[in-house]
Amino acid sequence: MATPTRTHRTDPPGSPPTDPPARARTSRLHRWDRAASPYLFVAPFFLVFAAFGLFPLLYTGWLSLHRVSLYNVDQADWVGLQNYWDLLFGPPSHFFWNALRNTITLGVLSTVPQLLAALGLAHLLNYQLPARGFFRTALLAPYATSVAAATLVFALIFSPEGGMANWLLGLVGAGPVQWEAGPWSSQFAVSVIVIWRWTGYNALIYLAAMQAIPRELYEAAAIDGASRWQQFRHVTIPELRPTILFTVVVSSIGATQLFGEPYLFGGQSGHQGGADHQYETLGILMYDTGFHHSMLGRASAIAWTMFGLLLLVGLANTLIARRLRSAN
Amino acid sequence: MTTIPVQHSPTAARRRRPRSLGAGGQHRAGPLALTVLALVSLASLFPLYWTLVAASTDGHRVISTPPPLLPGGNLFDNIGYVWNNAGARGMGVALLNSTLVAGTVALSTVAFSVLAGFAFAKLRFPGRGALLALVVATMAVPAQVSIVPLFILMKHLGLGNQLGALVLPTLVTAFGVFFMRQYLSQALPTELLEAARVDGANSLRVVWHVVVPIARPAMAVLGMLAFVQSWNDFLWPIIAMNGATNPTVQVALAGLGTGWSTDWSVITAGALVGTLPLLLVFTVFGRQIVGGITQGALKG
Repeated sequence: MATPTRTHRTDPPGSPPTDPPARARTSRLHRWDRAASPYLFVAPFFLVFAAFGLFPLLYTGWLSLHRVSLYNVDQADWVGLQNYWDLLFGPPSHFFWNALRNTITLGVLSTVPQLLAALGLAHLLNYQLPARGFFRTALLAPYATSVAAATLVFALIFSPEGGMANWLLGLVGAGPVQWEAGPWSSQFAVSVIVIWRWTGYNALIYLAAMQAIPRELYEAAAIDGASRWQQFRHVTIPELRPTILFTVVVSSIGATQLFGEPYLFGGQSGHQGGADHQYETLGILMYDTGFHHSMLGRASAIAWTMFGLLLLVGLANTLIARRLRSAN
Repeated sequence: MTTIPVQHSPTAARRRRPRSLGAGGQHRAGPLALTVLALVSLASLFPLYWTLVAASTDGHRVISTPPPLLPGGNLFDNIGYVWNNAGARGMGVALLNSTLVAGTVALSTVAFSVLAGFAFAKLRFPGRGALLALVVATMAVPAQVSIVPLFILMKHLGLGNQLGALVLPTLVTAFGVFFMRQYLSQALPTELLEAARVDGANSLRVVWHVVVPIARPAMAVLGMLAFVQSWNDFLWPIIAMNGATNPTVQVALAGLGTGWSTDWSVITAGALVGTLPLLLVFTVFGRQIVGGITQGALKG
């Protein structure tokens, strides 16, 4: 891009500097201001990102090739790819593959129902409704709670002794479920927390996109005899495709990094994702490795593996989006 | 563009009345839709109500069968207890710390985002396109990946267990910059900027007297979003403030949940205290927050 070449008046009508040197000085200042201020305005963001985003990202990569203890962070012994090798194939690989599997199953269990429900709810909210504001606020209220508060309350609801979930199951004649100990039941319980917090948020995003769909499309569809369901299927969904893709990307990235819910759901065994690691995610594994077992180098290797995984998730989303677009 | 398969099924034809023409928004919600929405709203709100109930009973009553469904009389006892005993210095200190951290983050995010958003929206300068693309690209870098070095870095800066460690990394976010850019490129008339320039205003004066007044609604929304985000942040605080005598609300709550107490009425009292401030903000500014979320999301 070329430098700004537009000439601007250097003598403001208010108080025109009359003598030539003063005018030249004002003009020079003015030009300097115009040239430099954009960079000064964007500088804070780039400084913060460089110091607390980019530098740590690269530093993680460097640390992942070393043995570093939490208690002596300044001494790093070069070990090459040993951390990665151990993680994938060595003695601790069992934990890694377990955590990877849990991250995927928890991600599917929490993301798929959440987004489907959000889509349906947005459709309902888009009707002419009494108490529309109430419904929206009610659905968004969980978004305002923190992961800590929400998880602690759900841990009580799913508690094996006197928890509300088992009491309700008892009312319909079903036996109590071990929400904390069972591999699937505990993952289900953790997913419920995620679903509870984020469904309304996604529903409102869908709703906003739905309201931006041109009315004529529905009119044309109705004239062609499309039922409400057909209108939803053939007008709403295709028009919503970019928004749906956005929520899929955001949710799957969030799911890959799942940490707070499993950490707090497990109480005292939360730092390892349950007594049997039954809902240990990659995020938990990184925390446990680095900050409980003080192996910062290996924790960094997990972090970079997660980063690679996130890039894969992003790439997969892009490819799917492209295919959908070309199929249309 | 979109082609709708024309299926003249008899039911569809019968349903076609001129009144029902139009978008989904034109349709009136039927009893089924209302029932579903009511049930989902109940599911949304019940855990919050249940927090209040559990926080107002005592440790034995809360895990008895059948569970209590109405608030008991111990609410203020329990809140008083966490107020003085959660973490090392109590929930009161934690609330103050969270307010300080989230408030600082919100203010600085708004200030820096307005500056950068304005530059990207309205100023022409070499490298603008590339820098903006870089801002968007940084959103793809997950915080989790940088946690270990960040911990080491804060130690070196002398910020171990300090609130500053929580503030520094989020002084300004890519989301904020992008959000402000989107808003200002539509809301800020270029003629107004030109007029201010002709009057001899320098860039800072332009920002203060022209940009800020116009950006005010977006600044309020961004400030609230940044505040909520910072208040609810969990992973970094739990690492940066691990074992701090001076925790934030989330760290104090994590301590309640994983630590010394298994008295659920005390734990839920903590959850209640940690959530109430945000719920209040939400009931007051809910509409703007919804607008902000959707605006950021649609254009992100």
